[in-house]
Amino acid sequence: MIYSEKVMEHFQNPRNVGVIKGADGVGQVGNPVCGDMMTFYIKVKDNRLEDIKFQTFGCGAAIAVSSMISEMAMGKTLEEALEITNESVAEELGGLPKNKLHCSNLGADALHAAIEDYKKKQAVTKEEATGTSSEAEKCYCPYCEGPIEGLEEYCESCQIELEECPHCGNLTRKGGDKCIKCGAGLEP
Amino acid sequence: MKRVYLDHIAATPVDPQVVEAMMPFLRDKFGNPQSLHSAGQEALEAIEEARARVGELIGALSEEIFFTSSGSEANNFALKGLALAKRDKGNHVVGSAVEHQSVLSSGRSLEKIGFSSTLVPVDGHGLVDPEDVKKAIKKETVLVSVMLANSEVGTIEPVAEIARLCREAGVPVHTDAVAAVGNMPVDVNELGVDSLSLAGDQFYGPKGSAALFIRKGTRILPLIDGGIQEGGRRAGTENVAGIVGLGKAAEIAASRLPERMVRMRQLRDRLIDALPRLVDYILLTGHREKRLPHHASFCVRFIEGEAMLLNLDMKGVAASSGSACTSRALKASHVLLAMGVDHALAQGSLVFSLIDGTAEEDIDYLLDVFPPIIERLRQMSPLYTKFMEENKK
Repeated sequence: MIYSEKVMEHFQNPRNVGVIKGADGVGQVGNPVCGDMMTFYIKVKDNRLEDIKFQTFGCGAAIAVSSMISEMAMGKTLEEALEITNESVAEELGGLPKNKLHCSNLGADALHAAIEDYKKKQAVTKEEATGTSSEAEKCYCPYCEGPIEGLEEYCESCQIELEECPHCGNLTRKGGDKCIKCGAGLEP
Repeated sequence: MKRVYLDHIAATPVDPQVVEAMMPFLRDKFGNPQSLHSAGQEALEAIEEARARVGELIGALSEEIFFTSSGSEANNFALKGLALAKRDKGNHVVGSAVEHQSVLSSGRSLEKIGFSSTLVPVDGHGLVDPEDVKKAIKKETVLVSVMLANSEVGTIEPVAEIARLCREAGVPVHTDAVAAVGNMPVDVNELGVDSLSLAGDQFYGPKGSAALFIRKGTRILPLIDGGIQEGGRRAGTENVAGIVGLGKAAEIAASRLPERMVRMRQLRDRLIDALPRLVDYILLTGHREKRLPHHASFCVRFIEGEAMLLNLDMKGVAASSGSACTSRALKASHVLLAMGVDHALAQGSLVFSLIDGTAEEDIDYLLDVFPPIIERLRQMSPLYTKFMEENKK
């Protein structure tokens, strides 16, 4: 057998397979072209991973890695979970064949992506609550509050060209004599 | 636990009669065929007898058979030996996109020393269009190599037609018939090829014993230089027991092939008909009719081949796959990709290959254990979940 007993055990009886409906964070890495694809779902309570579920399209190693990681991360704080590395997973599994080590990278990346997704969602929720976020200001026109697509420095709703203020970094009317946000004088 | 071996493209059991024929040459009859004394002459007679039997199996003269250590060696010998012998005539070779690695890699080696090559495409069934081969031939072309049957998808190529077109163009043709010989009728004159490779381990002979047919009058340069063995075309002390085993396997195949084919074909067809009825989203790969009698290959959607193989192995079933994860290089099967199968589907490749000893009960058992394995892996698959959700909408 090309795999360790531990890998085969996790492959045969994978822990925490499934989907969490309304998960706090979802992380997906890989794609079928590269071989494997993993999706991790997490539930977070008091900064701890209360529940983890995964789905994996891939080989024996990919499935065992996903299962192992879900077990290692369960109940851990987010910071602890982020410390789980591909090396530690491979070690816990009693080693992986050389050409399967990339599967452990995918596993750690998928869990970390789920945590990042959770953090991002948290940040958005906070923004909604307080209405302040420097990131958010860049996406809205400072004059009409209309949304601005991506990095395009043009407001569709009030049809003015915008530019970044060299002093505060916020968007202001292009060609205006002072920044609408910080009031600093602008060069024409 | 019940054991069902359905990976006979990788290995066949050695026929007890073959073992019996080989045994004396592993024990007492250790003579070197090149020795003049009677011990040597005894060994020489045995390999010449084997040469005749192998020739008979494929309709060749015994002096047209050259023993090698493997099908890969035979293919290397043909590609490099035939191309290099005609180097003064040109430096271009033609192959198909679905050739075995030993042919493709030989082509790449030729490219490193100044040859160029063209790979002709295949259709969705893995079939080469002979007209494409004809179009690929240039005035510098010195060799065409198209396999007789593909070991990954089972498709039988129109080699006779290809050889006819090549003859018109004055270009010699090699065919890799490793997967075919011993499993379907093969006649070098009906095919009209100039060289053909075969291997004993595909039809109840020993591993490490194969041969290249080289049509009389065809110039070829040796890969292995040395003594005068194999007419000076392949030096090295002969693998006497292996050659004797190959000869015996050829002799048995020549007489029993028709009944073997009937039995294997019947079980193969059962498998090909039953699996898609038991499992959704599974596709036959290769051609339905123009295929090896002992070969059933599929792609199973939403799951990966190695995971299927491991699960099957836990149930005692041995099969193989062209999935990227099962290859050491982690590359998807070049055959499936050349057929236009997308990467995700190619990951679900599964190949079952039979022998005439495969029993109805073996197929029953596989059909029994297969659906739950697929179901279990699909429940784990994010692709399947996504597909099912999208289909609900």
